[in-house]
Amino acid sequence: MSNNQKSNIQRRDFLKFTGLSATAFILGIPSVKADEPALISNLSNLEDAFNLNPYVLIERSGKITLFNTKPEMGQGTYQSIPAIIAEELELSPGQYTVQQTGGEKRFGPLQFSGGSYSVRGSYHDLRKVGAAAREMLLTAAARQWNVPESECYAQDAKIFHHPSGKSLGYGDLVETASKLDAPQNPRLKDPADFKMLGKSVQRADIPLKISGRAVFGIDVEVPGMVYASVERCPVFGAALKGFDKKMALKVAGVEQVLEVVREYGTYKSTGVAVVAKNYWAALKGRKALKVEWDFKGNEKFNSTDYAQSLRELAKTEGLVDHTSGDFDKVYAETNQKLEALYETPFVSHSPLEAMNCTAHWKDEKTLEVWTSTQVPGDVMETLRGRFGLKEENVTVHTCFNGGGFGRRLALDFILEAVDLAKTIKKPVKVLWTREDDTQQGPFRPLTFSALKGALSSDGKLLALQHKVISPTVSAFLEPERDKSKPDGTMTEGISSQAYEIPNMKNLFVLADVHIPLGYWRSVTSSTLAFAHECFIDELAHQAGKDPLQFRMDMLTKDSDTKRVLQKLREVSGWDKPLPPGRGRGIAQWDFFAGLAGHVVEVSKTSDNAVKIDKVYAVIDLGTVVNPDNVKAQVEGGIVMGITAAIKNGITFANGQTEQSNFHDNPIMRMSEMPQIEVHILAEGGDKIKGVGEPGLPPVAAALANAVFAATGKRIRKLPFDPEAL
Amino acid sequence: MAKYTLSINGQKVQVEAEPDTPMLWVIRDYVGLKGTKFGCGMALCGACTIHLDGQPIRACQTPISSIKKKNKITTIEGISANIDHVVQRAWIEEQVPQCGYCQSGQIMSAVALLKAIPNPTDADIDTYMSGNLCRCGTYNRIRKAIHTAAAALQTESNK
Repeated sequence: MSNNQKSNIQRRDFLKFTGLSATAFILGIPSVKADEPALISNLSNLEDAFNLNPYVLIERSGKITLFNTKPEMGQGTYQSIPAIIAEELELSPGQYTVQQTGGEKRFGPLQFSGGSYSVRGSYHDLRKVGAAAREMLLTAAARQWNVPESECYAQDAKIFHHPSGKSLGYGDLVETASKLDAPQNPRLKDPADFKMLGKSVQRADIPLKISGRAVFGIDVEVPGMVYASVERCPVFGAALKGFDKKMALKVAGVEQVLEVVREYGTYKSTGVAVVAKNYWAALKGRKALKVEWDFKGNEKFNSTDYAQSLRELAKTEGLVDHTSGDFDKVYAETNQKLEALYETPFVSHSPLEAMNCTAHWKDEKTLEVWTSTQVPGDVMETLRGRFGLKEENVTVHTCFNGGGFGRRLALDFILEAVDLAKTIKKPVKVLWTREDDTQQGPFRPLTFSALKGALSSDGKLLALQHKVISPTVSAFLEPERDKSKPDGTMTEGISSQAYEIPNMKNLFVLADVHIPLGYWRSVTSSTLAFAHECFIDELAHQAGKDPLQFRMDMLTKDSDTKRVLQKLREVSGWDKPLPPGRGRGIAQWDFFAGLAGHVVEVSKTSDNAVKIDKVYAVIDLGTVVNPDNVKAQVEGGIVMGITAAIKNGITFANGQTEQSNFHDNPIMRMSEMPQIEVHILAEGGDKIKGVGEPGLPPVAAALANAVFAATGKRIRKLPFDPEAL
Repeated sequence: MAKYTLSINGQKVQVEAEPDTPMLWVIRDYVGLKGTKFGCGMALCGACTIHLDGQPIRACQTPISSIKKKNKITTIEGISANIDHVVQRAWIEEQVPQCGYCQSGQIMSAVALLKAIPNPTDADIDTYMSGNLCRCGTYNRIRKAIHTAAAALQTESNK
């Protein structure tokens, strides 16, 4: 590609980006070859391409490219996000290609996938983006034909003149259209006319992913690149004392051995990178290293003692996060009360694609990176700031993410590769091993919940207190945060459940830890929902009430939660008793990402073992973009939630992670799967909620409640072994 | 370093590598076929599943020196030219993948399963597929897609 072509596209990109709300989007399949610029590598003839807004690029040939700002990590944004534009632009799935953005400013500040925010955060704006482009093309056609716009309509990438039947393709109209002002309030389609939105449209990334064609970060190759593997101290908080690289350098293919720093917020650790001509040589070189660490006393850390320290902290008062009514008074004055401590462990994200990044400094001021990241906007911004680079001199290629789950919100593995490439002055791919991924964090924080509840003599919940005791992610990512105030992330959702509880007091106790912590799919809700909804179940049993009816009795007003529970009652056949030896449990959770509820059914296989038979799920959305994909996300959330309930658990001994790979940090397998039945509440309208996370939080609680129903055994600590209760 | 002649997806490939280099890295970084994935490096996850003379093996635990000249290796890229293998068609029909990273390995195991047991039961699928991990949790769809593919094979053989 010539510089001339490049500058043309850049100039034109800025021509018409007027007016529309700045929630922009791009996603694409970067070229595997570095000499083909990724952002525009799939565009055929850039001299003849025009943007109608940042997200719609139409070539005179008729080729249409839609830009997606939401990295695809399995949650379906490669289909759902461009489909929102395409629906209003009257395109069918085969009529456009998708490009992933790489943090370029013109695509706005929301270039990330996280918080189940992609569709819910951009649906309304992207409809406008597509509709505005459609209106511009329509105006261009009407002017060309000299006919009233009202006689024209858009369909299948063409504008038609209704009376005459004549038509022009978008490619024929785009140049004229690009000179028009973008309409500020374009007419949106009637949802009744939608061809793609609300329908289970097949995902365009699936053929790529079943044929080896999808390019993940790990698949990128750059001419002249080398590979690196980094030995990082197994003890958190240690310092590098020194290393002997002699044996490593003797391994055929090893080129260099040098220090490199990993930065994750305030967590910094110096490791030793082995750089080699191929990855196998880098691994062998790493094994041949002799490294000396100064553990600085951190080798004494273990999670058994740490958990005990949280049990002690649970006895302290804590910071008030929320209060309504007068919990203390009512609790003191009530006879029927209950107290429980719930415990959840540290867990790993363990996406199947281990962390990796390929970085190439073309000269001292020009940087190109290829990586699987959830946050291309943050990557761009951070790299520019860190090295004082101009935006046009940084290129971020956002690849397909081989799983994210929150792990790829972090930049540690990217900065490490970029720093290393700068030092060795060669393009380098740094690839973590599974052991690195399992052992180095960041982990979901170990989180404890101390709960208290008071019931009236007729079994109504009068007062509830939920005290969260945990270390925080913000300790690493927002060190400036005021510790005298509760950390809202660690108490998310507990005060905003729809239950009408007259007296509530929710508290937070901060625990310190030096182990790096990170956001994990559904964040703290994945732990709080377990404690909260199991304790509600305990209270229901204490009150002698059916657990679902006990909840419904606290939902006198109309609410989304009430409708989810009603739907669950219906689809799970809740009111039909199960045969002896089987049990069902229910739970729901409403939090920042959205709302879902589950009924789990288990059967006893022996006195102290159960099998998970079936999960009924209801997710509340309002508006749905792709029902089949929503079901897939809820299925995935359920599997991840059950895995965290019965499998995962990262523990520490001698300052180190005790687990290392899938044999001792297992995830659910095919043979362990329950049946899953997903129902979507989607009445349409402006309401639109998140999809990727809400299916996860309630499942551990519904499962534990089912175990209680079947066996009388109350689970208050995760993980638990359903085969050894 | 030693020289090896490999037969991959019906093509002869010359590779120069250390004898202990796992086929995973040979296929990915020497031959340049990126569909075979690294997941664990210990034969625990199945992401690197390939076929050696039609049998599924874990490429991460197979050193190049163990491969004989007459061995035929098949990777995900070799099962069809146009993404139209019966298993791939079933994967599309059931919209199986999410992130997709494990799916090359899942498909290679499923292809081998259907070759061994053309009409597998759920128990057969559990046995055969439980070595392939999926963090996104697509297992129920994989199971359904295998049944779909088996049914399609049945229909084809009845024609």
